[in-house]
Amino acid sequence: MADIFKGIEPMVYKSRISVPYHWWAGETASRFLVALRDEQKILGTRCAACNKTYLPPRKNCPLCFSASMEWMEVSNEGTVVTFTVARRQLASLPRKAPVIFAMIKLDGADTAILHYLDGVDPGRVKIGMRVKAKFSKDRGARMQDIECFVPKGE
Amino acid sequence: MDRAAIIGIGMTKVESRKLDKTFADMAFEAVRKALDDAGMTIADIDNVITTSNDFWDGRTISCMAVGDASGASDKNISCVEGDGTFGAFYGLARTLSGSYGTTLVTGHSKGSQSVSSLITNAAFDPIYNRTLGADMITACAMQSNAYMARTGTTPEQLARVSVKNHGNAMMNENAHLGMKLTVKDVLGSEMIADPLHRLDCSPVSDGCCAIIIADEKRAKKSKKKPVWIKGVGMCADAYFLGDRDLSRSESLVKAARTAYKMAGISDPGKEIDLAEVYDAFSYQELMWLEGLGICADADAGKQLEKGSFDIPGRLPVNASGGLMGGHAVIAAGLYRIAEVVRQIRGEAGAYQAKKADTGLAHGVNGLAGQSHCVWILGKDR
Amino acid sequence: MAKRVAIVGTGQTFHKSHRPDVNGQELINEAVRAALADSGLKMDDIDAVIIGNMDHFEGINYVDCWSVDGSGATMKPIFKITTGGTTGCTIAIGGYHLVASGAFDRVLVIGWEKNSESDTSGAITTAFDPVWDRLVFAGAISGLAAEAQAYMARYGATDKDGARVSVRDRKHALNNPHAQLRKEVTLDEVLASPMLADPIHLLDVCPRTDGACAVIMASEDVAEKICKSPDWIWGTGNRHPYAYLGDADYGRLTSMKRASTEIFKKAGIKEPRKQINVIELYQPYSFAGIIWIEDMGIVEPGKGAEYIGSGATDMGGELPINPSGGVISCNPIGATGLIRCAEAAMQVMGKAEGRQVPDVNFAVSTGFGGCWWTDMVLHGKKKPNY
Repeated sequence: MADIFKGIEPMVYKSRISVPYHWWAGETASRFLVALRDEQKILGTRCAACNKTYLPPRKNCPLCFSASMEWMEVSNEGTVVTFTVARRQLASLPRKAPVIFAMIKLDGADTAILHYLDGVDPGRVKIGMRVKAKFSKDRGARMQDIECFVPKGE
Repeated sequence: MDRAAIIGIGMTKVESRKLDKTFADMAFEAVRKALDDAGMTIADIDNVITTSNDFWDGRTISCMAVGDASGASDKNISCVEGDGTFGAFYGLARTLSGSYGTTLVTGHSKGSQSVSSLITNAAFDPIYNRTLGADMITACAMQSNAYMARTGTTPEQLARVSVKNHGNAMMNENAHLGMKLTVKDVLGSEMIADPLHRLDCSPVSDGCCAIIIADEKRAKKSKKKPVWIKGVGMCADAYFLGDRDLSRSESLVKAARTAYKMAGISDPGKEIDLAEVYDAFSYQELMWLEGLGICADADAGKQLEKGSFDIPGRLPVNASGGLMGGHAVIAAGLYRIAEVVRQIRGEAGAYQAKKADTGLAHGVNGLAGQSHCVWILGKDR
Repeated sequence: MAKRVAIVGTGQTFHKSHRPDVNGQELINEAVRAALADSGLKMDDIDAVIIGNMDHFEGINYVDCWSVDGSGATMKPIFKITTGGTTGCTIAIGGYHLVASGAFDRVLVIGWEKNSESDTSGAITTAFDPVWDRLVFAGAISGLAAEAQAYMARYGATDKDGARVSVRDRKHALNNPHAQLRKEVTLDEVLASPMLADPIHLLDVCPRTDGACAVIMASEDVAEKICKSPDWIWGTGNRHPYAYLGDADYGRLTSMKRASTEIFKKAGIKEPRKQINVIELYQPYSFAGIIWIEDMGIVEPGKGAEYIGSGATDMGGELPINPSGGVISCNPIGATGLIRCAEAAMQVMGKAEGRQVPDVNFAVSTGFGGCWWTDMVLHGKKKPNY
């Protein structure tokens, strides 16, 4: 260090950017989140032209750019498309590691959603396993209104 | 294409923490080196593109910190936020538009100054999934699992990428992390997010890279033999990870196709002599090589084991050590371009490829390779 | 070969202080749809997309990647250009170069911001050097106030002169259905409004806005097939010198002088006041409307207030400025510069409806931001002869 600075004491200026944000969910996401909170229903939107049901719901079809999307309820059961087990306590993790993240394709949806997988040994998670949403008791119109997904039948 | 060339490159050493240099100091050093390399003064630069990211730099309008240090105080200047290959794409467009004879492109990052997990978590959609707490490593780990499950690529093959690239980095004086490793070392290192061990992940580093792009007229006057830009392509996939088949890189296939078409390449595996690809994680080198059509789908791991991508091999990949050898985010793709230029000029010293007439450089934007930029560079017109 | 470039379509949202009914991607999508409809093109026709905003106003990293559901860039080339307040004009310049390079025939340029989602002043403050300037700088207004004070001291202008600019722009906004603030004010009302930073009153400055703007640019090979009378881009230029707070020449906008001199020289414009028919000036506060047109060479230094007071820049005057109502009436920052570009294009194309200036041959649009930075585009009715 001393030879880099040739005798000058290296100063480090510490700071952090903490700007408050409140993201408007908008009409489409609000409808999804309210259904999750009040009815424990998972809603996607479907583009008839592409014959594709999107989750999270899209206001416009990202493929054909159509604005005519219809609401569809999808199942709260689905299949693990892929997953990882975060073992190190990464700074972004809001829970204690290990945390299992999974992409889950719910029955009736054509796209997968990101969520936690619990109730299974991290070493036994498999692509293709069937899982079911476990809804949170304390719901606040957030993705965490689904507490996690758990293996089906357990 | 052959209407523009790279006539100067400048790289700072990639390091874990550049305590002695600010963003401006790094930019100045890289630009100075690029100008010397090209035999030019700053007065010969017609306009400037900087590449930076406000999150990584901890600063709104992060380009403000490096404009003057890049010699742009009284020049036209713009800033691309994304990987350096995208900045260079815009720099190329500004040269080909006939507006400027020379364009200086820089890319800088000091990953040491913040926390990469929090910064990349901010790439997730704030409404639907950010608060779940995934980041770049966890997103890529999920992609790695999907890719390995579909193609049968093994953890040992991933580890071999790390062994090769960290080994290559030992020969590159600009690299941050040259290491002699074994497959066992990689597989025995800490599991960060299955299936990625610590040594499957590139480091987060500090560094700045600069290149000078010139039109035909100005390229003819350059000190060294120009390295011609034969083809460029870019393409973005869908945003939500669940919208994509994470085991494939469709946007890379399309970006590469565009670049190859421009360059007149029909069989990339045979016509390309070497490649510098964006190996932020070990699996990515294999997955991108397949997406680029350099080897067949699900075949990269096997080719790697045969030694095809080693420096003496059929098609050296990341002879410089790649991102494994040093990963200054944002600048990383620009380093790839500069390293290909070195190879084509025959200046790569201990890691010089035997044949280096046509080279490929590659950069990535977004989570798990959402958006790709592919460059084909050539020795002859 | 390099191509000449024209704007063939524009689209804007109806800008509001808050748009809780849409998220960012959906807001962007409204502007994209409007621009496609205006040009008669489909998303399939678009070859590449450029997007811009300011990261810390929404807190979304890698916006180009995030945007694709709204911007339509799935499986297309897209990248982000961002330079602070100048962003909207910088991305217009980006679109120009992408098309002029011959790489793409039709490029979609998108600027957007949802200022309602964060603390704008807090985010702007992080633009300044963390070691030297950040702690003593409060948002954007303090620097602007310092400029106005220096100009007033140098040329003897008054706060009434500033207020006159605000009266003009706020009146013009009545003609623009897209503007956020559409209420006429008097000189006395401006002067009586709360003092924010001496000499700047509340009614002298721009609001915070949610909004998006999209512009479609096309090469000379296809432009006239898409649009009968497109808006031709005659020149682009900018200057982004970096200064620590103490380095700026307060009271003069050097970047404007240099960028405009370069563009006018290229286009052969010798008497900008006579040859240019309308200006959309990125003018975040009233005094800039006096100072910066002097740096653009419209009038001599120190003569701006008199020129504006004469009514020459009002609708119907010699050189109308900000027929749209300008930034004082509407300011979704990442979109603001592109709105200036779109409004200038609409003037040239004869599509400006209730705010149309008659017989526009040349128009100018600008962007302002960073630390005394200027970006500028010269628009023309005829195809450039170079």
